[in-house]
Amino acid sequence: MRRIGVDVGGTNTDAVLVDTDRVLAAVKKPTSEDVTSGIVSALNALLDELGGDPGGLDGVVIGTTHFTNAVVQRRDLEHIGALRIGLPSGAALPPFADWPQDLAAHVSGRVVMVEGGHEYDGRPFMPLNESDVRQAAKRFQDEGIDSVAIVAVFSPLTSECEERAAEILREVSPDIKLTLSHNLGRVGLLERENAALLNASLRRLAESTTLAFTEALDTSGIEAPLYLTQNDGTVMRADQAEAFPVYSFSSGPTNSMRGAAHLSGLNDAMVVDVGGTTTDIGHLKAGFPREANTVVEIGGVRTLFRMPDLLSIGLGGGSLVDTEHHTVGPVSVGYGLTSEALVFGGGQLTATDVGVAAGLSQIGTSLASTDSIDEPVISWAMDRIREMIETNVDRMKVDAAPLPLLAVGGGAFLVPDSIPGISEVIRLEHGSVANAVGAAIAQVSGEVDQVFSGLGREEALERASSIARNRAISAGANSENLRVVDVEDLPLAYLPGDARRVRVKVVGETVSS
Amino acid sequence: MREITERDLELLATGAWILGAGGGGDPYHSLLAMKRLYSSGASTTLMDPDDLADDARIAVVSTMGAPLVGEERLTDPEVAARAVQMMEEYIGHGFDAVMSLEIGGSNSIQPFMVAAFTGLPVLDADTMGRAYPEAQMSSFAIGDLRPYPLTLADPRGVETVVSKVPTWKWMERVSRKICTEVGSTAATCKAPRTGREVKEWGILRTVSQAIDIGRAVHEARQSKQNPVQAVVDCEDGRILFEGKIVEVKRRTTEGFLRGSVELEGLEADKGHRMKLDFQNEFSIGWINEEPRVMVPDIITVLDSMTGEAIGTEAIRYGQRVQILVLRAPEIQTTPKGLEHVGPRAFGYDLDFESVFAEVQRT
Repeated sequence: MRRIGVDVGGTNTDAVLVDTDRVLAAVKKPTSEDVTSGIVSALNALLDELGGDPGGLDGVVIGTTHFTNAVVQRRDLEHIGALRIGLPSGAALPPFADWPQDLAAHVSGRVVMVEGGHEYDGRPFMPLNESDVRQAAKRFQDEGIDSVAIVAVFSPLTSECEERAAEILREVSPDIKLTLSHNLGRVGLLERENAALLNASLRRLAESTTLAFTEALDTSGIEAPLYLTQNDGTVMRADQAEAFPVYSFSSGPTNSMRGAAHLSGLNDAMVVDVGGTTTDIGHLKAGFPREANTVVEIGGVRTLFRMPDLLSIGLGGGSLVDTEHHTVGPVSVGYGLTSEALVFGGGQLTATDVGVAAGLSQIGTSLASTDSIDEPVISWAMDRIREMIETNVDRMKVDAAPLPLLAVGGGAFLVPDSIPGISEVIRLEHGSVANAVGAAIAQVSGEVDQVFSGLGREEALERASSIARNRAISAGANSENLRVVDVEDLPLAYLPGDARRVRVKVVGETVSS
Repeated sequence: MREITERDLELLATGAWILGAGGGGDPYHSLLAMKRLYSSGASTTLMDPDDLADDARIAVVSTMGAPLVGEERLTDPEVAARAVQMMEEYIGHGFDAVMSLEIGGSNSIQPFMVAAFTGLPVLDADTMGRAYPEAQMSSFAIGDLRPYPLTLADPRGVETVVSKVPTWKWMERVSRKICTEVGSTAATCKAPRTGREVKEWGILRTVSQAIDIGRAVHEARQSKQNPVQAVVDCEDGRILFEGKIVEVKRRTTEGFLRGSVELEGLEADKGHRMKLDFQNEFSIGWINEEPRVMVPDIITVLDSMTGEAIGTEAIRYGQRVQILVLRAPEIQTTPKGLEHVGPRAFGYDLDFESVFAEVQRT
């Protein structure tokens, strides 16, 4: 498999060409305001390194923080319709009930609640009130709303009501963009609904962004299928991802951890990614970041997205060393590192300067400047950095058995060579572009999270696995190398009939073109 | 009588989730519903049991069912109030106050929902001092008070009255069946009580207790202090163990979530192991195979970092937690109380020994 991976970050756009296990070329370029030109310049630089010809490509995979930023910064979001199916239950907590007011004002166009939905065991809760749905459809049309989120009670169990309502909305407005909540999430009505609402509000931006990515590829003369990475370290084809922008939330740190796994060949390890301002610490399990199990807030909205469980601490290559209080970070010179740090001829004492003075790195243009740093300062500052990394690595470790640790990112040299509970600290070639490598090698997944009743445990797990497999295949996975990476089953308190909630996730390589 | 603010309700939710001992359901939705009622002008008050006349009439409320169903069907204050109204229609008179069946988990907020609609004061008391899985584990059952009638409301207009049963266990069986039929969640109003009954058999001032616990946690978080230690100080509780979850087993038997959690010790407990059993709520704990903590002492599992309580449905491999034990209400440690909620009521052939008795000995 031969793919180009691109990571569009806040500061840099990185691009790499990966062929099976090898990184053939890697470049780093500044991110541009319009996104497209930054990608074009990174791709052109990559092609230059390859003598103009990337060879037969299986795909270009882009990871971006674009959609998360849109929500956080409240820009480029559209006014949407919300259709909740579940009356007479839930009336006291309508759609947008727990959103920050300013964000709700940007997004909430028209909210309609109608009768319908199901029980936990698949029995209908109420018959779907189709005439109310039709009326809602006309109202959305009259008010010029062209993106709608449809959410029904217990739709992860049976999507019947959401599907039928979608049909009716399309009969009234054939071009309407619909987000059906059962495609996005788990049991937990408000959180699943929030995901659907966010998704609906990003559909227009997703279309224009995907178009910009496609144009960037065309401009660079690269012909290959385009994929976008998701927050669980897998990819979706761009035409499909366009309909699910929320799935790309937080894909950056995920890509960096997956890239580290690939570059090292290790599936179970701790990963420490030292950037300019912060260090992200995570745990790779079966080649994927361990996921956070709790509610995740995006721009103040509660969701149940599959997000990596990360610990972010205020330590990076640009962290200021405070000689008065004997602290390192959390204040950082950030993108000013290459002008303000001593080793770059600046006047600020940073973690990078201390690392260079300690002989850990040769970074910079004015290495002699570190001679002015006092020996005791180097010693306590390095101790402090060691302590911060050691404590937090231990905090993220879930198992007492020693694990290897992968040190990546521009400031990886700050990670000490030996850490308690760590069998070996490994530094990687191309570790500074681990995120783009992660994008290049991303896989395809299928997931199910659903309540099964009236089946034995084994049969329920088997049925869940088969649904997950089918979902992975329809997302573009090769059916031959699918593997299950996560199985969890939870018997449900009080519910009769051996009811259990089963979660299964499978992943696989993409089908080669 | 004092006014309950939105902030009080936030603190109550945090404290009540800790008193849930791993069960009782996350109060998030109930709290959210209350915030919406408050922003549209509702208000509620809290009444001290001392201000309660002997002949006052009190409604006892709760939502029964599976917490997971509540995540989809969401809670509805109007339906909670409807169950109380049904009871008034059935017994032919109104109420003077409303109280919660259980302070642990989301039912702590239930009487406030009713209060927001009816204007009744909420009584500073409950019948469990925590969360328990079954109806006969309430202090009114320990006091052998009359178990009936009970009203049960569903938003679709399915309304049921259980008019008479011979025992609390029968009430549990019959009402559980009805609840399951309407989708495993229903708002209920339990057998009405008099002021004298509540003062004699209720577990008093548990709403204030939960608010105090919540305040200790919030203040500790704000001032970057250890929130778990703050609960210990506030409640004179005890941290029994600190560790990482290394195994979680769950199974459904007789309609309950049962199972066990194993921990590997950290910090001072390094090298030791702890095992906790649960039936919806945590019931008993062993350290290195020795039974060390058991019901009715309140066993709660808190995230070491945030002090947030972790429910038995959400506990998972790898979490770093502290096992906090809080004192059981006195009535539950009497011989009659232990018949209802002691280790034997949960199927363990053990004599109750409180963690706190042990502290006094040494």
